[in-house]
Amino acid sequence: MAAQTQFSGGLENAPVDAAHAFRAAMTVMARPGDIRVLSGSEPPAPLSVAAGTLLLTLCDPETRVHLAGGIDTAAIRNWLTFHTGAPLVSAAKADFAVGTWDALGPLNAYRIGTPEYPDRSATLIVECDRLEQSGAILSGPGIKKTARLSLPGIPALQGNAMLYPLGCDFFFTCGNRVAALPRSTQITSEA
Amino acid sequence: MTDQTEFAIGARRDWMGLLARAPDDTLMTLWDGIETRPSFDWLRRPEIGSVMVRGRTGGTGAPFNLGEMTVTRCSVVLQDGTVGHGYVQGRLKPKAEAAALIDAMMQTGAADEVQARLLDPLQQHMQAVKSTRAAKAAATKVEFFTLVRGED
Amino acid sequence: MYVAVKGGEKAIENAHAWLAEERRGATDVAELSLAQIREQLSLAVNRVMAEGSLYDPDLAALAIKQARGDLIEAIFLIRAYRTTLPRFGHSNPVETGEMACDRRISATFKDAPGGQVLGPTFDYTHRLLDFKLAADGDVPKVPEGSARQEPTPHITEFLKDEGLIQDEPTSDDTPGDLTREPMEFPANRPLRLQSLTRGDEGFVLGMAYSTQRGYARNHAFVGELRIGKVAVEMDIPELGFAIDIGEVELTECETVNQFKGSKTEPPQFTRGYGLVFGQSERKAIAMALVDRALRWKELGEDNLGAPAQDEEFVLSHADNIQATGFLEHIKLPHYVDFQSELELVRKLRREADARITSKEVAE
Repeated sequence: MAAQTQFSGGLENAPVDAAHAFRAAMTVMARPGDIRVLSGSEPPAPLSVAAGTLLLTLCDPETRVHLAGGIDTAAIRNWLTFHTGAPLVSAAKADFAVGTWDALGPLNAYRIGTPEYPDRSATLIVECDRLEQSGAILSGPGIKKTARLSLPGIPALQGNAMLYPLGCDFFFTCGNRVAALPRSTQITSEA
Repeated sequence: MTDQTEFAIGARRDWMGLLARAPDDTLMTLWDGIETRPSFDWLRRPEIGSVMVRGRTGGTGAPFNLGEMTVTRCSVVLQDGTVGHGYVQGRLKPKAEAAALIDAMMQTGAADEVQARLLDPLQQHMQAVKSTRAAKAAATKVEFFTLVRGED
Repeated sequence: MYVAVKGGEKAIENAHAWLAEERRGATDVAELSLAQIREQLSLAVNRVMAEGSLYDPDLAALAIKQARGDLIEAIFLIRAYRTTLPRFGHSNPVETGEMACDRRISATFKDAPGGQVLGPTFDYTHRLLDFKLAADGDVPKVPEGSARQEPTPHITEFLKDEGLIQDEPTSDDTPGDLTREPMEFPANRPLRLQSLTRGDEGFVLGMAYSTQRGYARNHAFVGELRIGKVAVEMDIPELGFAIDIGEVELTECETVNQFKGSKTEPPQFTRGYGLVFGQSERKAIAMALVDRALRWKELGEDNLGAPAQDEEFVLSHADNIQATGFLEHIKLPHYVDFQSELELVRKLRREADARITSKEVAE
């Protein structure tokens, strides 16, 4: 049995594991509504496997991360710092933010990019209790006709889509599963 | 498990810095001489990357990015939970592994042996190389002579 | 109409095979090892590290070997490799005042503390070809003196104490990084220095020379030139403190420039700054001169319209990999582009012919 430390639970074979994780993240972002498995890391609770793996894949010393609410524990801070070196910042400065929908708070706290650089915006990783292909109806780039996804806050996400080409992008994580919602997706509530 | 705070940060800085700057072959030869090595698990397998080196404008002013250098790093955990980190210049993964294990061993009962058989000789070797260079530079220092002046 | 064509695979493959053979040269001559390049062509290695923007002498030696000694090609290889590396972070700014100096000279103060240390310099050699070197590689024993124990202070410190030179206030601002975000003008001094230190040696030298010849002359003295090794220290987040992660050889040049004063500043000396990987003193001096020329605005000087004062011109053209990429691409197939030009010229000629003919008919 390996000794456990605050640093345990990183990717076993970082280059390969991160490449697989990146492929999954890219696929769900390209096909809003798709749900994929995302695993490889064992983050400290309460961070989900999918959110932890996503952070290890996407973050490095040059991406600023905001840990919202119950995610902001010493164990998670240490773990993330060791594996990614990402600086931990407030919501307004974040490139990535992680937490439950309620903890992440109003979306106007996050960067939405500038007309010259729409990419200088935040990507939010929303930890969800459930993640299903039901609920809100999605349409737009990457979706054949319509797709469905259990979104936490439809009015706020519709408001974000209105900002296009500015705005935030979202990953939704639940256990070892992930889905995504780019700012380009149109959202209508369930009829 | 050893409490890491027991070790003076200064001492740990010194040995980690020495290992980072050590010439590859000198360190690996000395490391080969340490027969009893602890078993360990990886916290982070050796990975090659870069660090952006910064300077300051005018030597003392605002920081600027000068260029990158190659660095290899890894982290290990011994059976008793002691964590060792290795950060070394260059791209030699076995060197990073050695540095991380030495860092861990220096926090255990093996510290005295590692200090005497590896770190001390390494330090002496590197100091000798540095001193020789400084002595050669000193020999190229200009001694000015004042020539006899014309007036009077 | 656009017709896509493909082909040449076999030709390319064969060209690469021949390239490999030519690179090796005559097989009755011993092959170069990377250690030989690193140790015996160390100034070429230094240039590749400086302009490749990656300090790793073994990699630079490999690049030089692979590029058959074409240093810009070697720099290209290093730049490409550099982009594959994950970046662990940035170092704390190096302390050049703590440098173990192999060389340290001042053109302004004869008796500066620490003295004039020549180091392994080409200066004062006769620049006569040494045919002995063609025959054998015996080296004389190098004399040793008694080394200075304490660090050598910067020359400009002495002028600063008297208030005679513009201060360089320390800050901990995060500098912009042109390898991460595209350069925007006006750039600040940290970005300019990053651009110049990885810029082409020939280009930076030419720009510096133009200031000496009168295009925005800035009356530079080499206040100090030093070459040696400095430790590189980095904060390690998981440790919570900084450690040395290695050491690099650097060349640092600080120029002291005459300055008559402006509306806001009293007469005093100003500085230009050069800092380059490796032993690269021509580059470091040139960098300092160009840095000083580009500071005209902050010092309240006149824009004389000189090339070396034009930030956008200098920084946009200093990078030899950008330059060679754009320059050399025009030798690659442009069949379609040229086809349209050809059509255009033919059409214009037909029209011109028609005009001439109709004129003749009219006469």
